Amino acid sequence: MTVSTAMPDSASAADVRHQLPVRRSSREGFKINWWLTALMLVASLTILLPLYFTVAMALKSADQIGTGTGLAWPSPMNWNNFAEAYVATNFPKAFLSTAFVTVFSVLGALASSSLVAYAIVRNWHRKFFRGSFVYLLSAMFIPFPVIILPLIKQTALLGLDNPGGVIFLHVLGGISFNTLLYIAFVRSIPVELEESARMDGATTWQVFRKIIFPLLAPMNATVGIFAFLGSWNDFLLPQMMIADPALQTLPVVQMLFQGEFNTDYSLAFASYLMAMAPTLVVYILAQRWVLSGVMRGAVK
Amino acid sequence: MTTTSQVGKATPPSTRHTASAGSPPLRQSRDKIDPTFYWMLIPVLALFAFFITLPALVGVFFSLTNYAGYGDWKFIGLTNYINIFKDPAVLQSYLFTFFFALTTTVVVNVVSLAIALGLNARIKWRTGIRTVFFIPMVLSALIVSFVFNYLFSNTLPVLAERFGLTPLASSILANENLAWIAIVLVTVWQAAPGATIIYLAGLQSVPSEVYEAADLDGAGSWRQFTHLTLPLILGYLVINVILGFKGFLGTYEIIVGLTGGGPGMATQSVAMRIFSGFTGGDYSYQMANAVIYFLITLLISVIQLRLIQRRGVSL
Repeated sequence: MTVSTAMPDSASAADVRHQLPVRRSSREGFKINWWLTALMLVASLTILLPLYFTVAMALKSADQIGTGTGLAWPSPMNWNNFAEAYVATNFPKAFLSTAFVTVFSVLGALASSSLVAYAIVRNWHRKFFRGSFVYLLSAMFIPFPVIILPLIKQTALLGLDNPGGVIFLHVLGGISFNTLLYIAFVRSIPVELEESARMDGATTWQVFRKIIFPLLAPMNATVGIFAFLGSWNDFLLPQMMIADPALQTLPVVQMLFQGEFNTDYSLAFASYLMAMAPTLVVYILAQRWVLSGVMRGAVK
Repeated sequence: MTTTSQVGKATPPSTRHTASAGSPPLRQSRDKIDPTFYWMLIPVLALFAFFITLPALVGVFFSLTNYAGYGDWKFIGLTNYINIFKDPAVLQSYLFTFFFALTTTVVVNVVSLAIALGLNARIKWRTGIRTVFFIPMVLSALIVSFVFNYLFSNTLPVLAERFGLTPLASSILANENLAWIAIVLVTVWQAAPGATIIYLAGLQSVPSEVYEAADLDGAGSWRQFTHLTLPLILGYLVINVILGFKGFLGTYEIIVGLTGGGPGMATQSVAMRIFSGFTGGDYSYQMANAVIYFLITLLISVIQLRLIQRRGVSL
């Protein structure tokens, strides 16, 4: 039940991480393992090559692709592919739809699971709240394929066969895991912090908004990152739920290039690259922050 | 800030101090519950029940009917369930899914543990290398599979032909005995970073003094790994195996992007079969399939939790 406290290593893991910069600098006094470095560099090619390949393909004309391996860098680069893919996939619309779903899924995930976790932790001694916790957690044992068919029918009946419905399900689908992450964190916030605010006449809402939620900042980052990636890259739910093709999200739009008779690979790869670019750019710009956030989720 | 915390300390032990506080304060707080707490929880609970629990129940209900997804239906008892056990296509999808999930779990864990060990060692440009290794985590699995689809079906055969490797000269995606390898490879590519992060957290929780002591005792790196590192991060390994296996059982996007379940039905996962009930007119039949799938995953989860408890690793 006590998600983090019961895990013996979690506390020490967090401690060590804080000490990490110190430890690393003391380690740099040691000899650097160049063989291992070389090995890791070679291994990282398994990641970099497919990415290089995607970029190279996106810049080729149909003739340059021909029957080659696709690995050669195109000599006149064909930037026109991006413009054509932009039109062919109606990129702005798909982008806006994806951004809409992602932004509200992230906000929804942050608000709902932090509130739920706070209410549950502060009322842990009440049966109703403890029971709700178990109920929410039980969803982690229900695989998504099990509910998807009735779910799609239900959302269609309610007129939620659109990006709005996808937001609902992204938030609710993630609520078990996110609440779990928050609960461990809320437990570590001393009740005394709020008691004083309450004595000054603050309501529970105000206590949550002004004291608890800001204190949750590190966990907000973790939950936010997971929600962002999960929502932006999701294929299953938008594909099955959104009835109007004009409102489809970026991953689903890429299916356009999978037609049996489609051979326009340069266009396809330009489009793939445009769909992958936003998360890739955000990750590279904020990698330290993203990794520490994800790491926090891993430790819990 | 300082004043508030002083006030906080000055107050007598709080009455709302969770279950351990003893019974008299408890009763007092039970009277005083702020309805706001209900407002924080109940709307979410209601939506959750409506969008997650209700569909599950509706699904179980229709699995006992002959509903095709439209039109009339009537109860047919357990007929769907009985038919599923006689359906070679469904059995094939279960075999494939379990085989795939097991293989992928093993490969992902070996690969990601190796990467984590590498990233945790004394290597140069650690931050840069780490950044590269975690890139797959932020990319859409479907789009990644489309990219690999081209690599497997065009680039690899051309390269194989150039080097005279005739067995690989045709696309492995079109070969019903080899297509699964491509799916495993791409899944590993996609899933390894997540597992690596958990292993990194585990490795960093091992105090460096432990290794210093082992160094003094003259233990080599392999012995240090098997006798020290592995036992110390066992809990993280268990978590990775459980999370990984469960996730790989539900695999969908990567198969859609690579083979679409083909050639034939060689790489069709259970999830794909269930989703086919959406358009295939066998809605209730696939719902029965989904219920069986749920029971199997539940059984696996229970067994895993038992094993964890016995090992003394708590989630």
